[in-house]
Amino acid sequence: MLQVARWRIILVAVVTVFGIAFAFPNFLPQSARDSLPGFLPRQAINLGLDLQGGSQLLLEIDRAAMQRQQLDNVADQMAAALREAEPAIRYTGRGVVGDAARVRLVDPTQMEAAQRLLRPLALSSTGGAEILTFSSGAEGLIEARITDVHMRELSRQAAQQSIEIIRRRIDPTGTSEVTIVRQGDDRIVVQAPGVSDPEMLKERIGQTALMTFHMVREMSAEEAASGRLPPGTMVVQPYPGGRGAGPEVVERRPRFTGERLVRANPSTDAQTGEFVLSFQLDSQGSTLFCRITREFTGQRFAILLDNQVLTAPSINEPICGGSGQISGGFTAETANELAVMLRAGALPVPLTVIDERTVDASLGQDAINAGTTASIIAGVVTFVFMVLAYGLFGVFACIALVVNFVLLIGAMSMVGAALTLPGIAGLILTIAMAVDANVIIYERMREEAQAGRSPALSIDAGFSRAMITIIDANLTTILAAMILFQFGAGPVRGFAWTLSIGVITSVFSAVLVTQLLIAWWFRMARPKQMPI
Amino acid sequence: MASFWPLIRLLPKKTNFTYVKFAGFAAVLSILAVSASIISVFTGGFRANPIEIYQQADGSPLARIGAIMERGFNLGIDFRGGTSILIEAPGPIDQEALRALGRSAQEGDVEVQGTTCRPTNAPPYCAILNFETAPDQSATVEEIRAGLGAVAQGARIANVDSVSAKVSEELFSGGLIALGLAILLMLVYIWFRFEWQFGLGGVLALFHDVILTLGLFSIFRLEFTLTIIAALLTIVGYSMNDTVVVFDRIRENLRKYKKMPLGELIDLSLNETLSRTIITGCTALFALIGLYFVGGEALSGFALAMIFGIVIGTYSSLYVAAPAILIWGVKRGREGGEARGAPQTAG
Repeated sequence: MLQVARWRIILVAVVTVFGIAFAFPNFLPQSARDSLPGFLPRQAINLGLDLQGGSQLLLEIDRAAMQRQQLDNVADQMAAALREAEPAIRYTGRGVVGDAARVRLVDPTQMEAAQRLLRPLALSSTGGAEILTFSSGAEGLIEARITDVHMRELSRQAAQQSIEIIRRRIDPTGTSEVTIVRQGDDRIVVQAPGVSDPEMLKERIGQTALMTFHMVREMSAEEAASGRLPPGTMVVQPYPGGRGAGPEVVERRPRFTGERLVRANPSTDAQTGEFVLSFQLDSQGSTLFCRITREFTGQRFAILLDNQVLTAPSINEPICGGSGQISGGFTAETANELAVMLRAGALPVPLTVIDERTVDASLGQDAINAGTTASIIAGVVTFVFMVLAYGLFGVFACIALVVNFVLLIGAMSMVGAALTLPGIAGLILTIAMAVDANVIIYERMREEAQAGRSPALSIDAGFSRAMITIIDANLTTILAAMILFQFGAGPVRGFAWTLSIGVITSVFSAVLVTQLLIAWWFRMARPKQMPI
Repeated sequence: MASFWPLIRLLPKKTNFTYVKFAGFAAVLSILAVSASIISVFTGGFRANPIEIYQQADGSPLARIGAIMERGFNLGIDFRGGTSILIEAPGPIDQEALRALGRSAQEGDVEVQGTTCRPTNAPPYCAILNFETAPDQSATVEEIRAGLGAVAQGARIANVDSVSAKVSEELFSGGLIALGLAILLMLVYIWFRFEWQFGLGGVLALFHDVILTLGLFSIFRLEFTLTIIAALLTIVGYSMNDTVVVFDRIRENLRKYKKMPLGELIDLSLNETLSRTIITGCTALFALIGLYFVGGEALSGFALAMIFGIVIGTYSSLYVAAPAILIWGVKRGREGGEARGAPQTAG
């Protein structure tokens, strides 16, 4: 009678010890936490951005731009396939219209052959679903559209690549606590704790940072202004903030691009003491650069960043070592910034900011303080209420509540779930609701005692009969929390975390811990009458 | 130990309230309240003419109805979209100057709100500047930051929320879908664990609770934010929790008392679970009332929704979910001669 199985005692003891170990670091200052021995957990609860202060950006891939890029490629591939066929199929009007890449066959009767040729393009290189759908129209028109599935796949890939690049841009040393994660197919969440001004973040993220090298066509300003440019050239404006080489007329097609860059560092010019950007090219880039500088010695070439002139030096001698330096009237800061950008590489697709939140750190601290006060009030009120209502059994419930709180804090620290402002509300609600299981059990005991059963039988029956109800009742809360988690963004997700962990820990402590306490008490007191 | 402590002894061991007798009256009350809530949601809290909005809105009929529903609430920045900037200053903030600054920073509607500051009153003066969605929110924020010095000495931006129209629409529809999904999931769960009559009764109670809470926010123009959606889902969880405890007892009693008329059996079950209902409800309410007063502005809305929801949720377990079983009846034990309970709305 009223035996508690040994494994239960062990389970409660082990879980509680683990709970304390994981919860403990939260009550230590950072310095003490760092000096904890290695085998102890030292992870404190992760504070959400709304409590910690900082900035959050939600970025979205510009799908239209990405689709255009991809369709351009597809059109190229289609053209290449037709051109390289034996015998070649002649086409005109290669291009992108709306959501389709198209070519028009010169001889519409070759349609069938062309379709057979293009067919392999629709298959993904990794196998799986088709990536293109072809349709043919009148007069030899062939259109290719990217399938939705492939579009999503591309978005995901682009988002993944962008995350890497964004990380290198805003956290080049990997030391700050910036988190960058993909959300859905085409979104990226950037969270930067402690950053109260997101402008710097956005600037760094927003730049495409594509460096290109073009040959300069020398011509007078009047000639350039007249608008009669030689074919294949364009006018480019000076890079804002740079020393500004003035507008230049350059070849439209870059001789090579920044992708060939393996290293970019800020440094100072040995002779002038001016800040410059040193760079190192990969082997292919070195060969190319060597050939170009040899061919065009004495002429000028322009280095463009995002199609704006950084600098347009003249080539004094062939540069074949693969390294060089760019002077552009930099300051130490701009040189460094630019180096970071160039190292990180260009974003595969443009990103737009669709949601932006900034919370001042002191505002977050205020929220923590308010939340702490509210939690203490809730705890005290619940304690007083339970002890007043149930006497000794109320004390047991309170002990279970303390265990529950420790486990909840420990579990949150362990899984690294973020505590947010709504999460604090969830915590408070959990404290209040945790005693529900106790109440159900106690009320059941009272009923059983009233029906004339002995205290031992009442206690036993109270636990066993209340169990079904407790599980049914708490599963519904978990279901609601799961949905919340699926739907929720940021803070609300934190609430869902707290709520679900709280339900689990509260059932554990209310049922197992209380049972243990009551069993011990019963063995010692041997009561003739139920105390409730 | 005094004989009145523990206080639980003061609760009568056996109560004999006849809930079912008042079910008819409660049903009328609930139907009235639910209707008022629905009307409020569709009339902007009795302040707008839905037909007018429908005619003025563009797009498909569904989008037009959406436009009506958006007017039904005082939507927070999460659902409305746009930019909201919280400004704090050590001295008084000239609201007119702030409005002028807002107008110069971005065209379109600018709204200036005085607001209660933080509980600590650290910087004593606060104001909120709200903008409609614009293509370049950050330019607006930068301009405000630059011009703040002229509005109040030492003013600074403490909080910026900027939500594009796309995100806000997604959040709004996402929130409604989440609510619907939660209710559906509860229906399935109860159906699975009990019987379909119980499931329908429980879901009826959930709709009742959610609609009344929505009505509260609509009528009193309380700010409707993402946190409120969280509160609504928690109310769904709590109300269901309450209902399940009652249902569990009804199921148990159905097995125990095979011949007892359904109405009496429900009364008995409600009485048996009454003390639990009261005690759990009270602890939750006490904790939430504390949260309401000290939790600061961000959490007070949540606390208010939850307080209301818990009261309504308790009521609905007693007067919506349980009597609903009475309407549809329920199959009793294998040997039970009467396959269905008296199918009348006892009133």
